Amino acid sequence: MGAQPGAAAANLLEVRGLTKIFGSLKACDHVDLTVRRGEIHALLGENGAGKSTLVKMLFGSLEPNAGEIFWDGQPVRIASPHAARKLGIGMVFQHFSLFDALTAAENIALSLDDDTPIATIAAKAQALSHSYGLPLDPYALVGDLSVGERQRIEIIRCLLQVPQLIILDEPTSVLTPQEADRLFETLDRLRAEGKSILYISHRLEEVKRMCDSATVLRHGKVVGHCDPRRETASSLARMMVGNDVQAVVREPAEGMDKAPVLLEVKKLSRAPATSFSIPLRDISLGVRAGEVIGIAGVAGNGQGEFFEAVSGEMAQADAASVRIRGKDAGRLSISERRRLGAAFVPEERLGHGAAPRMKLSENLLLSRHATDDKAFIGPGGTIRTGAVDAAAQRIIAAMDVRKSARDPEAAALSGGNLQKFIIGRELDRRPAVMVVNQPTWGVDAGAAAKIRQALIGLARAGSAVLVISQDLDELFEISDAIAVMHNGQLSKPLPIAEATFEKIGLLMGGAEPGHVEPAMEVA
Amino acid sequence: MRVELIKRPQQSALFSAVSPFIALALTLVAGAIMFSLLGKSPLDALYYYFIDPLREVWSLHELAIKAAPLILIAVGLAVCYLSNNWNIGAEGQFIIGAMAGSILPIIFPDFQGWYVLPLMLLMGIAGGAAYGAIPALLKVRFNTNEILTSLMLVYVAQLFLDWMVRGPWRNPEGNNFPETRRFHVDAILPEILPSSGRANLGFVFAILAAIVVWFLVTRTLKGFEVRVLGSSPRAGRFAGFSAKKMVFFAFMLSGGLAGLAGISEVSGAIGQLRPVISPGYGFAAIIVAFLGRLNPLGIIASGLILALTYLGGEAAQISLGLSDKVVRVFQGMLLFFVLGCDTLIHYRVRLVGFGAKPAVEGA
Repeated sequence: MGAQPGAAAANLLEVRGLTKIFGSLKACDHVDLTVRRGEIHALLGENGAGKSTLVKMLFGSLEPNAGEIFWDGQPVRIASPHAARKLGIGMVFQHFSLFDALTAAENIALSLDDDTPIATIAAKAQALSHSYGLPLDPYALVGDLSVGERQRIEIIRCLLQVPQLIILDEPTSVLTPQEADRLFETLDRLRAEGKSILYISHRLEEVKRMCDSATVLRHGKVVGHCDPRRETASSLARMMVGNDVQAVVREPAEGMDKAPVLLEVKKLSRAPATSFSIPLRDISLGVRAGEVIGIAGVAGNGQGEFFEAVSGEMAQADAASVRIRGKDAGRLSISERRRLGAAFVPEERLGHGAAPRMKLSENLLLSRHATDDKAFIGPGGTIRTGAVDAAAQRIIAAMDVRKSARDPEAAALSGGNLQKFIIGRELDRRPAVMVVNQPTWGVDAGAAAKIRQALIGLARAGSAVLVISQDLDELFEISDAIAVMHNGQLSKPLPIAEATFEKIGLLMGGAEPGHVEPAMEVA
Repeated sequence: MRVELIKRPQQSALFSAVSPFIALALTLVAGAIMFSLLGKSPLDALYYYFIDPLREVWSLHELAIKAAPLILIAVGLAVCYLSNNWNIGAEGQFIIGAMAGSILPIIFPDFQGWYVLPLMLLMGIAGGAAYGAIPALLKVRFNTNEILTSLMLVYVAQLFLDWMVRGPWRNPEGNNFPETRRFHVDAILPEILPSSGRANLGFVFAILAAIVVWFLVTRTLKGFEVRVLGSSPRAGRFAGFSAKKMVFFAFMLSGGLAGLAGISEVSGAIGQLRPVISPGYGFAAIIVAFLGRLNPLGIIASGLILALTYLGGEAAQISLGLSDKVVRVFQGMLLFFVLGCDTLIHYRVRLVGFGAKPAVEGA
């Protein structure tokens, strides 16, 4: 397609002094980046370091305030994603933009600029998918595909445009370890063909394993270029974070088998609410006082549905399917379950765990108005603003929530600080049962460590803690046992001493006979 | 060429606050242009429209009479809109409230005493709330669009009233005019200051309702529930609030207030039922609610402004011979500019050319 190189320069992409300013925030501050031909270049950084902003400028969805981009030695201005594709830049986004109700081929056709017939696209897509070892049925409905398969559609969609540079944004965050391995083989093959890859990640081990060079960003600035194979994971982490992150300490729990079961899920089944949600099948699980149980699983395997059922956002028909502190809670509302001593933290912060346009003190009331009605609600249903405000400030201090105003709107906080507040809001109640979905999703390393430590602390003080997470490192760090959710079913919890990445990974991929994906072709 | 609206990352607090005033100013400018196109002196016309009605005490009383139903209805609509329920049918709830409250003086004219009026007011509230519950029920049970159902029920109510006053409820001693019998004295809403003008207790109800609803929305858990469910329904469910109950609450509160406005209007300003009892108060109140920024106290001010357009329209009709349709034009422009200003505060406009433009250029 587009501009083909005349005399190929060694550097495919060179960026000098690229700057993007949002209001008073310098999201990217004089960023330099060089990607050579045929290399996998890692872009490392914590959440909010400016990785996404940089990549959006390279892909034409944001316009830089200053700086130059050289493509093949020529200065260029990339005004739109269309222009980027014409140059030969392709991108695979972290959040897929696919229509569930359409087939893979139809989804690919939507992104192409011309009117190629679907059959031609399907044939091309199939050929490509075979040659890169990414098995894919172009006529499958996207709604029926796993997350890994959806990612393949995105990758093939990108490859169909014959790009020179492929940008991958956090590609493994939604994959099982085995699926990730397969992706790495594809990337190897692309590199061997002389294509360049810009690989965005915060997983240091895979960067060390895959990438030829790396650029590290911190607070919008480049803090270093390095060869990740010569660094250690901890030296890379230090570059990203700026100092050593406090390690999470987990004392082994003792005498756990005698402790009372505070949260019990018994034979929980749930029909799918919509045609694209996952049915829950016969889930049983008990969490004892003092322990942290982790639930691993690839996104979209029923975790959201499970959380809704346990929290009471959706009540069950069978009252005994969820028991909190020995009482049947299956038919109770979320407020009634909270009154039994349970606390819940959903995955989505803005719009689910917190109302974005409301102040933090009001967001405190959001989950606490029923349990703390004596303290927060006065005669005639009036809100005791003084008491609510004092409690909000107490939580802000306890969790070290950083903010710009005394009581800002939830949307004004960074993801990590808002998550600290939301977790702190529940911890402040000292709940007997705590259920958390993705506690540190999109949270920077410092805040994540604090949140994990707080969850362990809550358990050791005698509460039952259930953590649903896609981040295996996190689960191994904090859990006493790990169960795996796959396709709406939950495995038996493996005690942490017996659990390995490989065992959990196999369960995450649905390790059961008859569910083996087509073998890959060898190049 | 294509026009795109792009969300502004941060909104100016200053412009959010002055937005209604900008909208008012723009309406005046556009109104002046319209008057000159009609061949009238714009200054004269604006004078008759907006200044003349404020010069005499009796005319201020008329202003209060017009403002009372607007404020009462708009305050209820504010709760609806804050909770993300789009009640467009306040006009119908106003009419049904008026009819329900009129049952006593029309069917039982011999039932008299001080207690008749309070009973009528309660029946008016109940009638409006019940009529508001219909679109709420349809929304909750069948997921119908409440904008359509509540609007269509307005026409049902209007035709029902028309039929009743021409048929079953027509005054037997009324020479076949399409009117009900006049209300007896115990069924008439008292005037506030009878010596200086006609303004009745309806205006007091309006101010009280505005203050009570303001307190409800800003100071109570129920008001918090309204705001949470309106702004982020998922967070509302997480908080344990029921979106379905809120649909009923919002529709029945606003229906009840519209019903109170209806019965106050017929037992105060009119004194009987006629085929048409409202010059579009239920629709104008939508403008009042937005011009008052969905804040009940702001609605008191914006209700007075909209009431002025009604009076000004009458004055301009008498003094300049302008059609009374100009009133509707004014109200329409006002809503247009209010929503336009709000949109431009939240979004900026970008013009995008069609593909032909070279997208990749050498720098």
